[in-house]
Amino acid sequence: MLSRTAENLFWMARYIERAESTARLITMGQRMAVLPASGYRDEWRSVLRVTDSESRVGPGPITEEDIARVLLLDPDNPASIQTCLVRARGNGKSVRTKLTQEMWEALNLSWRRFEGLRPAEARNDLPAHIDWVKTRASVFRGAAETGMLRHAGHDFMRIGGAIERAQMTLRLLEVKYYVLLPETDVVGGGRDHYQWTSVLHALSGSRAYHHVYGGVYTPARIADFLMVNRTFPRSVAYCVDQARTHLAHLARAHGGPTRCHRTAFEIYRLLKEGGDGALFDRGLHETVQQCISLINRLASELAEAYHF
Amino acid sequence: MTFYEMHDAVGATRDCYAEVQRWIDATGIPGLQRRMEEAEAIFRRIGITFAVYGEGGDPERLIPFDLLPRVFSRLEWQRLEQGIRQRAQALNAFLYDVYHRGEIMRAGLIPQELVYGNAAYRPEMIGFDPPGRVYSHIVGIDIVRTAPETFEVLEDNCRTPSGVSYMLENREIMTRMFPELFQRGLVTPVDNYPALLLQTLKEVAPPACKGDPVVVLLTPGSLNSAYYEHSFLADLMGIELVEPVDLFVDAGRVWMKTTAGPTAVDVIYRRIDDDYLDPLVFRPDSTLGVPGLFHAYRSGGVTLCSAPGSGIADDKAIYVYVPEMIRFYLGEEPVLANIPTWQCGKADDLAYVLEHLGELVAKEVHGSGGYGMLVGPHATPQAVDAFAARIRANPGGYIAQPTLDLSTVPTLGPAEVVRRHADFRPYCLVGRRMRLVPGGLTRVALTEGSLVVNSSQGGGVKDTWVLRT
Repeated sequence: MLSRTAENLFWMARYIERAESTARLITMGQRMAVLPASGYRDEWRSVLRVTDSESRVGPGPITEEDIARVLLLDPDNPASIQTCLVRARGNGKSVRTKLTQEMWEALNLSWRRFEGLRPAEARNDLPAHIDWVKTRASVFRGAAETGMLRHAGHDFMRIGGAIERAQMTLRLLEVKYYVLLPETDVVGGGRDHYQWTSVLHALSGSRAYHHVYGGVYTPARIADFLMVNRTFPRSVAYCVDQARTHLAHLARAHGGPTRCHRTAFEIYRLLKEGGDGALFDRGLHETVQQCISLINRLASELAEAYHF
Repeated sequence: MTFYEMHDAVGATRDCYAEVQRWIDATGIPGLQRRMEEAEAIFRRIGITFAVYGEGGDPERLIPFDLLPRVFSRLEWQRLEQGIRQRAQALNAFLYDVYHRGEIMRAGLIPQELVYGNAAYRPEMIGFDPPGRVYSHIVGIDIVRTAPETFEVLEDNCRTPSGVSYMLENREIMTRMFPELFQRGLVTPVDNYPALLLQTLKEVAPPACKGDPVVVLLTPGSLNSAYYEHSFLADLMGIELVEPVDLFVDAGRVWMKTTAGPTAVDVIYRRIDDDYLDPLVFRPDSTLGVPGLFHAYRSGGVTLCSAPGSGIADDKAIYVYVPEMIRFYLGEEPVLANIPTWQCGKADDLAYVLEHLGELVAKEVHGSGGYGMLVGPHATPQAVDAFAARIRANPGGYIAQPTLDLSTVPTLGPAEVVRRHADFRPYCLVGRRMRLVPGGLTRVALTEGSLVVNSSQGGGVKDTWVLRT
């Protein structure tokens, strides 16, 4: 397979994931913005921080219109949904022959939905736009799941998706880790409760959390759930497992493992040793940052190993 | 009187259009209109688009598709085929001659300066024998019809003629939507074109190739106006679609960068201009291109299709001499005539052209795609004057032809079947032998009375049938 093809498939999957992640974050922001507790404006700020977009707004209060402008429409913001959709389609277009017709149609359909839309208009329909983005991402993944040949291209796509998903969870934890600091083991005031449930909600994990841990929220369990749980598809450990499965396919097809395989193993081991509260002993923030830098390294080693 | 291809002299439906007529009558105009919208939706969804250079607006707009097929009888096609093959052969013979002894210039049949002073002439190609002595592997010949028996060649395309994907897709859509039209086997299929193209490309593998040749299609990238066609053809041939960044030259061979390391490439079907092939030889400022590619080509490490320098054969200034080429190289009379052409570089012709510009079609010698041309009878006096000034400033850069009474073909209008002018581009494949699928691309001017069929100027396309009997 052409290296450029691999690169485009990898990034196409990342941008689709990123569009969905941004959509989920906007939903989380909206939930928190309606909380009665004070300081909700900071919640939008933390959403912007997670997506590296804070510099795109002024120091004053952040409105939903700002969010629509920066995270939905801004063509220059690499995290905005519009940018992600356009880039995913651009990546897909340059490797069209490697996509199935259904995958291409999923990318090509209404990729211009947000073009020319003004932030004030977009703001009014924000929930509908967000749902639409999530649906598009699902349709695309479904088309790939049921129709795409399981060649190396599929592996590169899945690795891209897994890396992006892991990054999203990690960045959310990086920005929100302070609410998980174990000052008290029992959930205190209402606001903390909402903070935590919102984080879980953003990752589609609030129901899943209850299935795994029962009804009680504790910082250790939430951190455990998002970082080291091996059944929750948005946990870092699960994403890394998935990436490793596909990295193993690549190793088989390309004559053996490379540096990126070793890095993936390193992340796996780090998380494996972090169960049962060990994350907090080691320092949640440090572990999160370590994972972020290891995953970045993994992505660049992958590009190097397969000649992107 | 304009020849309407659906009717004979007394207004009765011509035999070859009997099936189309039956279909129109049976479906009715509103029914056809509805199906047309369906067809457009399919095209849009698949993403068959055509970007237009130099015009604002939608960079990926659809090329309009007309539902009513254009039909050639078997006899008409036999004659066309003979003429097309003859022309493709003569053009390749001319290219070989240009880059070798130049016999036709020595014989005084074509002025030397027109060839050796031409921008499309590539001195780098002198003395080189491309595999099979083929330069132009896909020859697209634009043909117009002015009377039932009169087919004339408007221009030749020896570099990288585009549009064949429309020929294939138009037929595909028609068969998918109206299978009943094809069930009786009246229409000759064209869907083996990609297989024939691949066969042609493999036949001209370079001396360095051992085993089954690795063929790739080289595209400038996804922003190119014909990118859809590039990916479509690569897909149907099952070959890699590469961009210049995917290739590099090492040890006299061309390699593509794959996830498993470098893979040798034998034949490159390039859809990229000469200028951008190799910055070491052609344009040093080019950021496209593969450094060293041309050297690998000349030393037999890879084959480029078409050969660099093939453009000299389809230059509008050279066009005038194609009938001479056919006589000179093949010893035959041309089956398809040229259109009478005034070369503004000649004093007498220039005087005539300037005097009659309002009646003529004038074209830039190096222009293509319907840009840089004037259709005198349809232009304002100001436009004619402005064009005259351009010709006076650089006479050698222009030719002029009479305004032809192009035939019209049935086209679906809002309330009835209307008559619109059309031309025809078949694609002749030249490898160790020649191949031609029975069909081609019919382009139609969708505006009433318009003679410009280029898709960049609002033209549309339709399916073209060659009947079996």
